[in-house]
Amino acid sequence: MTAELVRGQNHPLSEVRLEVRISAGTPVVAALTVVGENGRVSGADRVAHPGAPALPGLEVSRQAAAEHRLAVDLAALPETVHRVDVLLALPGGPGAPARFGAVAAPFVAVTGLSGAALADYTITGLDAESAVIALELYRRRDAWKVRAVGQGYAGGLAELLTDQGLAEAHLLARTIEEAVARGVARSVSAPPPQPADPGRSPRPAASDRTAPAAPQTARTAPTAPQPARPEGTAPAATPTQTAPQGAPAIPARPGSPYDGQGADGAAHPTVPQQPLHPDGTAPHPSRPADGSTQPAVPGGPAAPDTGGAAGDETRPAGTTGGIDYNHPRRRTTAPPPPPQAAPPAAPGGPAHPVAGDAAGWSMDERLYNQVWGMFEDLARTVAAYRSAVDFADSRREKELDEALSDPRSRIGGQGDAAREAARARHSELVERAREVLDRDLAQLTAESEVVEPALPPAYAGWDNPVWHGYRVPMEIPMAARLGDLHLPEAPDLRIPMLLRLPLERGLWIDSGGSGGFDDASADGADPRHLAMETAVSLAARLLAVYPAGEFGVHVIDPAGSAARALAPLVDTGVLAGPPARGAAGVEDVLSRLTSRVDLVQMALRGGASDALPPGYDTSEQLLIVNDFPHGFDDRAVTRLRYLADEGPSVGVHLMMVAAREDASGYGPLLDPLWRSLLRLTPVPDDHLADPWVGHAWTYLPPRVPQGSQVLRQVLAQVADGRRDLGR
Amino acid sequence: MTVNLTKGQAISLQKNDGGSLSAVRMGLGWQAAPRRGLFGSRTREIDLDASAVLFAGKEPVDVVFFRHLVSDDGSVRHTGDNLVGGVGQGGDDEAILVDLQRVPVHIDQVVFTVNSFTGQTFQEVQNAFCRLVDETNGQELARYTLAGGGDYTAQVMAKVHRAGAGWSMTALGVPANGRTFQDLMPAIWPHL
Repeated sequence: MTAELVRGQNHPLSEVRLEVRISAGTPVVAALTVVGENGRVSGADRVAHPGAPALPGLEVSRQAAAEHRLAVDLAALPETVHRVDVLLALPGGPGAPARFGAVAAPFVAVTGLSGAALADYTITGLDAESAVIALELYRRRDAWKVRAVGQGYAGGLAELLTDQGLAEAHLLARTIEEAVARGVARSVSAPPPQPADPGRSPRPAASDRTAPAAPQTARTAPTAPQPARPEGTAPAATPTQTAPQGAPAIPARPGSPYDGQGADGAAHPTVPQQPLHPDGTAPHPSRPADGSTQPAVPGGPAAPDTGGAAGDETRPAGTTGGIDYNHPRRRTTAPPPPPQAAPPAAPGGPAHPVAGDAAGWSMDERLYNQVWGMFEDLARTVAAYRSAVDFADSRREKELDEALSDPRSRIGGQGDAAREAARARHSELVERAREVLDRDLAQLTAESEVVEPALPPAYAGWDNPVWHGYRVPMEIPMAARLGDLHLPEAPDLRIPMLLRLPLERGLWIDSGGSGGFDDASADGADPRHLAMETAVSLAARLLAVYPAGEFGVHVIDPAGSAARALAPLVDTGVLAGPPARGAAGVEDVLSRLTSRVDLVQMALRGGASDALPPGYDTSEQLLIVNDFPHGFDDRAVTRLRYLADEGPSVGVHLMMVAAREDASGYGPLLDPLWRSLLRLTPVPDDHLADPWVGHAWTYLPPRVPQGSQVLRQVLAQVADGRRDLGR
Repeated sequence: MTVNLTKGQAISLQKNDGGSLSAVRMGLGWQAAPRRGLFGSRTREIDLDASAVLFAGKEPVDVVFFRHLVSDDGSVRHTGDNLVGGVGQGGDDEAILVDLQRVPVHIDQVVFTVNSFTGQTFQEVQNAFCRLVDETNGQELARYTLAGGGDYTAQVMAKVHRAGAGWSMTALGVPANGRTFQDLMPAIWPHL
């Protein structure tokens, strides 16, 4: 059990043959002084330092280094030795840090011969000091103890040694300096210095270090090139757990919450029903477990401490003066604060919204969470308004009924007055509810106005200028925008509908006439063509947000009826192959994808995902099926259902562009298929429910602005990116 | 300053400086009473549940409890079900957060109840309390102790209701019997 010491704390030592391990973020000089009973160092010969590295029972290294192991054999020390001090000093010199406040807090540990740490101490709270007494090992009633001292000296070693009672302190300090300068040639390359940002939580390994050219590297001798220290290069594990932004409420109705509850009552039934959700998943923002690495965000938060970061990474929280009793290495796991927090609200007014003002490890994730937060807030705000209006309505009805049924009210103006009062009460309540709604909508609209322009392509609409600067991404984003959602109370407040990637269920673009098509036919647009255009727009978005070559699109267009809509995909050559025609084409595409699903599934089930053929293309696949069930025989339908069921787990997704009526000949056989797909419509339609309150939200498909070439330009880039990859 | 409420006592939630509270937390904490006699070490789990019923007029409009953790409007949130109590050893085992500014305009009363889901009476519960905390600064505004635990399985704890432009709180402390808030409705009606 290692004792983690704080400043001033002591700890008994169970062993006398010790090693003192020192690690600092920058090269430091380590020395040991032998102190007599009078508390003084009697002479320069009682100091083990780089110029005179060995004394009886003590040994230090000859050079400044970021890591030291000092040997201490307390049993070998003469009886007159009362105390041994462990000193650290910055070596000075051009380019080297001049004060401990500018570097990571040094970490010292006392270990036994077995290597097990007996006690350790992180020297925090240093600022202008360039030398420090880290620890003292001292006798107490025939036993040795260690104390964390942490006493720093701004005047450097000379001042420190003077304080120890050494007469020739300045001379000795200069001797040490020269010895260090000689040893510099053998010095190891130190990691870049930590940027001085006190108050920020300590950075773990491989965080966003942006200063690769450290001053120290220039002093490294060319004869002994040392690799950077491992903690400077090892990729940090990306944590996947974050607090859910909007944990879905469990929408049990108050009317009968205990339906179906067992009589034993030993435990509560946990999840009674799954709320319908646009992407069929709980809206938790944990990252997909596909090993995708954290995108580096300039100025973004460092990844959190994963527990394995070396102690020398620790920076003290700003403690000037006084002793910091907080244990420096015991950290909370809370993420660092986002760099952009909303500025404090002006008194009496709501806070000015800021894009990315939400929890998350990256800007990508923060914006995703913010959009989900807006989605939930809008759902709940409108729920509050609707319930207030419902209540006002029902109260008015009740009061009007009472007025009518009261015989006295039939005489004179009493009844009219009662009715008038009921109406006034109603409108007063509705007015107040509307006021609250308007206030909240204004806040959300303001937020939407700053968030929309800040969205990355994956979350942005086609009309967002960010698409004009589109580049093929290097990483899969958290989610892709599949359209917009809005409520009748606020038709202009559009919430991006973000669907988690990789897709967890297939999509169904409904080309049938199930409502909402009056507008479309008024425009003279063919709903089937419109549906296919929507499908192409969605497929193009998915192609664009995946890295080059990691998303393949196949098309089945048995009758060739969608050639016009498919033109952007075909012309730019981003499809895996030409659209399949006729029954043979259907058969061919389906069998290829089916065997792919089989193969990957077998490998996964057998626990041998590395047994796939070398060079096996593990990209995700999307199959667009137009005109279903045209060109499909029973066998093909079975295969399609198999793909819908088993595909998503192995990265094969379905996008049906179909009208359910066309397939009515199959009867209820296909019901599970339709249910398993997320239904989207080529025209605005209110068929999607939020996971909290269950409002019906109007879905707007992603529409390319009239006359805009953005879709083709983006697809051309995707094709270029793929060519560069050699696929 | 904490006010120790007794039954029926009302306090205003207006702050001393005239501003009104924006968010309050109703905390519920308890410990199982030690068993007397043999096998005293056998643990006895008691599951108390905190619920909040939102009333408009005298109509229940929404309920926040362990199966509906957030009111539809988002203003009242339950932090989650605790099945055994005593976790905090004096801290809140279950808590309901009320964002008073976001409570819909027609909701004029929020009633807090405690039920023993596992059926033990309050005789077997120790150190049970219900308290109201100003969520913005963590200050305890009021505390109601479930003292002298009697032979009943539920209690209507307190209500927070609109008073003028702000809100005030009234300690009720009405004993009742029932497993969930629904069984308590008859006990709640007289106090609306």
